[in-house]
Amino acid sequence: MIIHHPLLGPRDAAEFTVLGDASLIERPDPQSADAEDRFYDYVYLRDNPAGLHRELWYHEQGDRSWLVVTRNTLTHEVVGVELARDVALAKRTGKRARTRKGGSA
Amino acid sequence: MSFRSPASIKTGLIDRDTSLAFSFNGRQMTGHAGDTLASALIANGVKLVGRSFKYHRPRGIFTAGSEEPNALVTLRAGAHSEPNTRATVAELFDGLVARSQNHRGPLHFDLLAVNDLLSPFLTAGFYYKTFMWPKSFWEKLYEPVIRSAAGLGRLSGAEDPDSYDKGFLHCDILVIGAGPAGLSAALQAARSGARVILADEDFLPGGRLNAETYEVSGMPGYRWAAETIAELRSMETVRLMTRTTVYGAYDHGVYGALEKKTDHLASADGKPRQVLWRIYSKQAILCAGATERPIAFANNDRPGIMLAGSTRTYANRFAALAGKRVTIFTNNDDGWRTATDMVDAGAQIAAIIDNREIAPLVAPAGAAIVMGGAISDTGGRLALKSVTLSNGQTIETDCLAVSGGWNPNVHLTCHQRGRPQWNAAINAFVPGGELPVGMRVAGSASGALTLAACLAQGHKAASEAAKALGFTPSRSRPAPASDEASANSAFWHVGNSKKRAWVDLQNDVTTKDIKLSHREGFRSVEHLKRYTTMGMATDQGKTANILGLAIMAEASGKSIPETGTTIFRPPYTPVAIGALAGRSRGSEFRPTRLTTSHQWAKEHGAIFVEAGMWLRAQWYPKVGETHWRESVDREALAVRRSVGICDVTTLGKIDVQGKDAARFLDALYTNTFSTLPVGKVRYGLMLREDGMVYDDGTTARFGENHFVMTTTTANAVLVFRRMEFARQCLFPEMDVHLISATEQWAQFAVAGPNSRKLLERVVGREHDISNEGFPFMACGEVTVCGGTRARLFRISFSGELAYEIAVPARYGDALVRRLMEAGREFDVTPYGTEALNVLRIEKGHATANELNGQTTALNLGLEKMVSKKKDCIGRVMAGREALIDDDAVRLVGFRPVNPQDSLVSGAHFIARGDAAVTENDQGWMTSVCYSPHLETMIGLGFIRRGNERIGETVIAADPLRGSTCEVEIVSPHFIDQQGERLRG
Amino acid sequence: MKYSALRIFTEALGGNKGWKPVWREPEPKARYDVVIIGGGGHGLSTAYYLAKEFGITNVAVLEKGWLGSGNIGRNTTIIRSNYLLPGNEPFYELSMKLWEGLEQDFNYNAMVSQRGIINLFHSDSQRDAYVRRGNAMLMAGADAELLDTEGVRRLCPFLDFDNARFPIRGGLQQKRGGTARHDAVAWGYARGADSRGVDLIQNCEVTGFDIANGVCKGVVTSRGKIAANKVAVCVAGSSSRVMAAAGMRLPIESHVLQAFVSEGLKPVIPGVITFGAGHFYISQSDKGGLVFGGDIDGYNTYAQRGNLPVVEDVCEGGMAIMPMIGRARLLRMWGGVMDMSMDGSPFIDRTHIDGLYFNGGWCYGGFKATPASGYCYAHLIARDHPHPVATELRLDRFKTGRMIDEKGAGAQPNLH
Repeated sequence: MIIHHPLLGPRDAAEFTVLGDASLIERPDPQSADAEDRFYDYVYLRDNPAGLHRELWYHEQGDRSWLVVTRNTLTHEVVGVELARDVALAKRTGKRARTRKGGSA
Repeated sequence: MSFRSPASIKTGLIDRDTSLAFSFNGRQMTGHAGDTLASALIANGVKLVGRSFKYHRPRGIFTAGSEEPNALVTLRAGAHSEPNTRATVAELFDGLVARSQNHRGPLHFDLLAVNDLLSPFLTAGFYYKTFMWPKSFWEKLYEPVIRSAAGLGRLSGAEDPDSYDKGFLHCDILVIGAGPAGLSAALQAARSGARVILADEDFLPGGRLNAETYEVSGMPGYRWAAETIAELRSMETVRLMTRTTVYGAYDHGVYGALEKKTDHLASADGKPRQVLWRIYSKQAILCAGATERPIAFANNDRPGIMLAGSTRTYANRFAALAGKRVTIFTNNDDGWRTATDMVDAGAQIAAIIDNREIAPLVAPAGAAIVMGGAISDTGGRLALKSVTLSNGQTIETDCLAVSGGWNPNVHLTCHQRGRPQWNAAINAFVPGGELPVGMRVAGSASGALTLAACLAQGHKAASEAAKALGFTPSRSRPAPASDEASANSAFWHVGNSKKRAWVDLQNDVTTKDIKLSHREGFRSVEHLKRYTTMGMATDQGKTANILGLAIMAEASGKSIPETGTTIFRPPYTPVAIGALAGRSRGSEFRPTRLTTSHQWAKEHGAIFVEAGMWLRAQWYPKVGETHWRESVDREALAVRRSVGICDVTTLGKIDVQGKDAARFLDALYTNTFSTLPVGKVRYGLMLREDGMVYDDGTTARFGENHFVMTTTTANAVLVFRRMEFARQCLFPEMDVHLISATEQWAQFAVAGPNSRKLLERVVGREHDISNEGFPFMACGEVTVCGGTRARLFRISFSGELAYEIAVPARYGDALVRRLMEAGREFDVTPYGTEALNVLRIEKGHATANELNGQTTALNLGLEKMVSKKKDCIGRVMAGREALIDDDAVRLVGFRPVNPQDSLVSGAHFIARGDAAVTENDQGWMTSVCYSPHLETMIGLGFIRRGNERIGETVIAADPLRGSTCEVEIVSPHFIDQQGERLRG
Repeated sequence: MKYSALRIFTEALGGNKGWKPVWREPEPKARYDVVIIGGGGHGLSTAYYLAKEFGITNVAVLEKGWLGSGNIGRNTTIIRSNYLLPGNEPFYELSMKLWEGLEQDFNYNAMVSQRGIINLFHSDSQRDAYVRRGNAMLMAGADAELLDTEGVRRLCPFLDFDNARFPIRGGLQQKRGGTARHDAVAWGYARGADSRGVDLIQNCEVTGFDIANGVCKGVVTSRGKIAANKVAVCVAGSSSRVMAAAGMRLPIESHVLQAFVSEGLKPVIPGVITFGAGHFYISQSDKGGLVFGGDIDGYNTYAQRGNLPVVEDVCEGGMAIMPMIGRARLLRMWGGVMDMSMDGSPFIDRTHIDGLYFNGGWCYGGFKATPASGYCYAHLIARDHPHPVATELRLDRFKTGRMIDEKGAGAQPNLH
């Protein structure tokens, strides 16, 4: 597979390691009353969709960026790549991500 | 008797001036440059080349390409032996040695041919119904007999002496196959300005143009091919790769290709045998051609029966006659061309048998024409002697050319699970709608079965691909040729025979097996394949699958597409495992990481041990020491008595900087780092988000916004990855940056009561490293050896007064030598990982054996390190009910009740008097060593409620090695429980 | 129809015309006592044991494709019970005992072949971990032996003992481990279930559940609605997709595991060899093919195919440990979709919906579990409480912190 890195252009997927669902960016509030339930969901439960899946890839053999890759799990087609930090920051501010995006194949 | 056409009749595309000697089963023969092993065997009149898998039927060469099911030989000898090599693609070289395989006794008298007589009992899947009694006989008798009879060729058992390389290529357009469509496509793509790779499995590009007698652009096809290739070779944007099979289509335009580099030479001469390429393409055009298929009829497997197109290949390209008196059995027009070509090459045509009623073409003079006919049987044990027609007529013949039509080579279109579609016009599957992204199909691979159409389609596909990439397609026209007759019919097998008719030649699957499969309910095409093993042989059913499917369709009264489609998986043709591994083998399998003191340690006779990718000194035997324990005991004692030095470079070192560095570490570690004063070090414990302990290590604060943390050797990469995740994804608003500095700093532990004295001789005098000036857990930047920048940490893994000193990696070798020299008067002792382990077990420190990812802070007795004042990764989940259970295992120490007894890691604890069974399991021993200070073995381990059970005696059971030992549960801190030594 | 050597003989004399279909092709009924979703190995074995051991025969197995088309049809055929943790080992040992009597039990030769399995180790700490595991196996009634370098060399002289990057220090051997003919396992169970009255319904895709007031009353399929007292899901790689239709999110991700087979060769590898440090394991089939594999690709996928980096990684592991296979050719590679759970261990449990049962999370270890999975699932369905060896295979174990994490890798499925 080829991942279009927002900063570095097309890179072979072998340069990356995969963590999993991009929902892992959304760490629950540890102070909330139901923190244990929310962490259980966060740590263990997955949508695991057959189709578009937003997922975290780490450019370990490259610039160490964590990326949010939107990829179809049925066809492996990549439809979008964003810097995970941009995505995480956008979530903080509640704004729509003004993210740097990589192209798709 | 020579079966080579005289040059006066047929020149062929061989070099008759270059003769090559070769042997087959010890018989010496000669061929020519340009021959394959198969064509040379045919030219020498060899018919019998092998035996089939199950029935050990005599078999001859059946095809002229990579689809060959029969002619498998073991090429070369000794460690160079290459089993299961298809003679049809083995390029002849001088000195080639080949042997037939899969027979007991000589090839012409195979003892296992007895299986053929037993065939009524050996039908599809018979083995699933028997060999079950008595039960123990399967492993002892039945299976060994079956295994020794099965298999084809034999591996030498020796290491593969050849080397293999890997490479990466990039192009705009990859053209797969250099037949008429591929050449036409490559030419148009290159003329349009695209960077082109043209790959073909053959050593002579041109495909069927070299095998047929068609004209292109008013010249013989093979000549047009040669001229086109010359033009392509002259273009800088074109890479022409012969002997290169594109074996797989992977995601996003990535293709796997295997290039044979020295397989056609007598010796690789040190060069790589093959190169495995990964080709990154923007567009790809599949021009893989088509494969002829046979017709099933009784005894259709005898040597001398060959696909019609292959007889033409041998005659036209190699000037080799598959027979002198040839019979043709066809269901299509293409078969008729065989007659003309064979006559032109010097053979005689005995008969043409066509199942259709009307002759489509004119046959050569003298050939008997049987329209509406079929072959009902054949004769000849080791070579074909005759064929019998349905009308009872028997014809003497030494070669039967069979054509059942052509199947497009759709394989690569299926590698991403695309399904081919049935095309009733050509009675074959053609590429389906869902192709791999960027792939187009042209020529006969797409179902175009005439030359002009192939040339035009290749040209058109290239124009489209070029246009898709933004190039302006060249205005040149496709090369002209005329459309030959290509009518065909759906005729798959000659029925109503009691005799066996083969579908899959290699695996001995007959039409009867397919009917039996239907009778027994194995009707889906996947059941059919799995039950009968059709298509599972080394040829992957390239000539068999459609035939089997058609017969199943007939049996079930359905159409072929209703019955199912077969799809193909990579590789297109088998690929040597050595090529897929490349240079990553033996000691080069994975990189080896060496510490900067490696050379020095080697000079001092160190024994090294693997620590992940690292090699670390395990111990340093001295002259006269005969057992590793002697060395390790000496080293450990030396540390506690005086001073020792150990390379600890392999610990992960991560530089953490930024305004929020302290806050970041607070989030990462269970304990607090924001309160750590500058110039101090603190031990930290890290959890995974699931609450289990992940890693530990010390972190030093060198400045308000600058920390240097360490990880365990094993987790250096993983922890850094997780920290980057936390930094970018969980705490993106924090101002913090990370750099892995593991390899930038060489670091040594200097441990023992004399360590300060030693260091005072190395560290710059301006630095106060007295106990007051540089107390336990201090850190600072210092200079060593007269000005070299260094970092000094007063930390201790051994429990002694100890330091770790780090210098830029390039000074590591010099520093260890200087330390040893400075420590001579203290009898400084280098110690390895074994002594390090003894010292840490004596102090009850956990390492990877205890931090194994399955243990909690509570298990480790470190629950007090989990701050309740702040959050950290893993804190919430660490509070789940089972993880805070009082009954949980705890890390404690163990001593044998009898001091002479041995302890072993991996023993399980059970109560005295209990049986060693799962229900009674209370925990396990994680680490043991002989303590030279306590003069007994000691251990660390996890046992249920261990912290409450100090003084209790339990059994450490090691049934694996048949030992048990009474052990006393003790504190994990075996020496200096108050920690006075390290503060001294 | 009972199979035997005599039957083969008599049928052969009759021209092999008398063989009967191994299973019927029934139309689905409107209602069953139990509907099993998924006609792979586990679904078929569940049906078999429901009928044979628990007397429940009004059962349908609904299969989207053809029987045995799941991972039972695309694995590396290894059977073993060499697990560490008490939540797993007794379960896999039950499976091993069922394998040992399987063929006589269902009158079908699945070629269960106990030629042994060896897990190689390369360092003292790996040895210690294997000793702990070997002891756990023995305590659970399984067999285990510890081999030193020479012990490994005696059994596998062809391994690289001279120039290996990771020197072979020994291995943990389970002699009762081995292989079985994977397709035949599916067919044997299918035949055994069918002959006891179970309806095996192919080309029948379940598209939804009939759930009302927290009770599952049946399924909606491509061939109409089917009512059932109990619905048992058993769909491996499709677990998340199917359970989503019941409104459940699972602690499971779907990943691809690739597997490989070489051209047929005369016997050269005796049993199963696992080279963990190189992500490589291998055995040789009775037909002569070297069957081998390694790690999952690592990304979520439902496509039954992988990519080249892992292909090369696996072959590198192979050449590193047994350089004699360099000239053997890889014939076929394929991928199976694995239901990778969050701790690497499976689930056999009831759900919070009455009448709906779940079996999944087998990761890449489902084949060896086929007999015990079916047996314990049948037990759960029939009795509504778990079989004693499957009490820890619960869906809620992450909620309570009772993970069964053999590798200690944590909640990241692609590391298990």
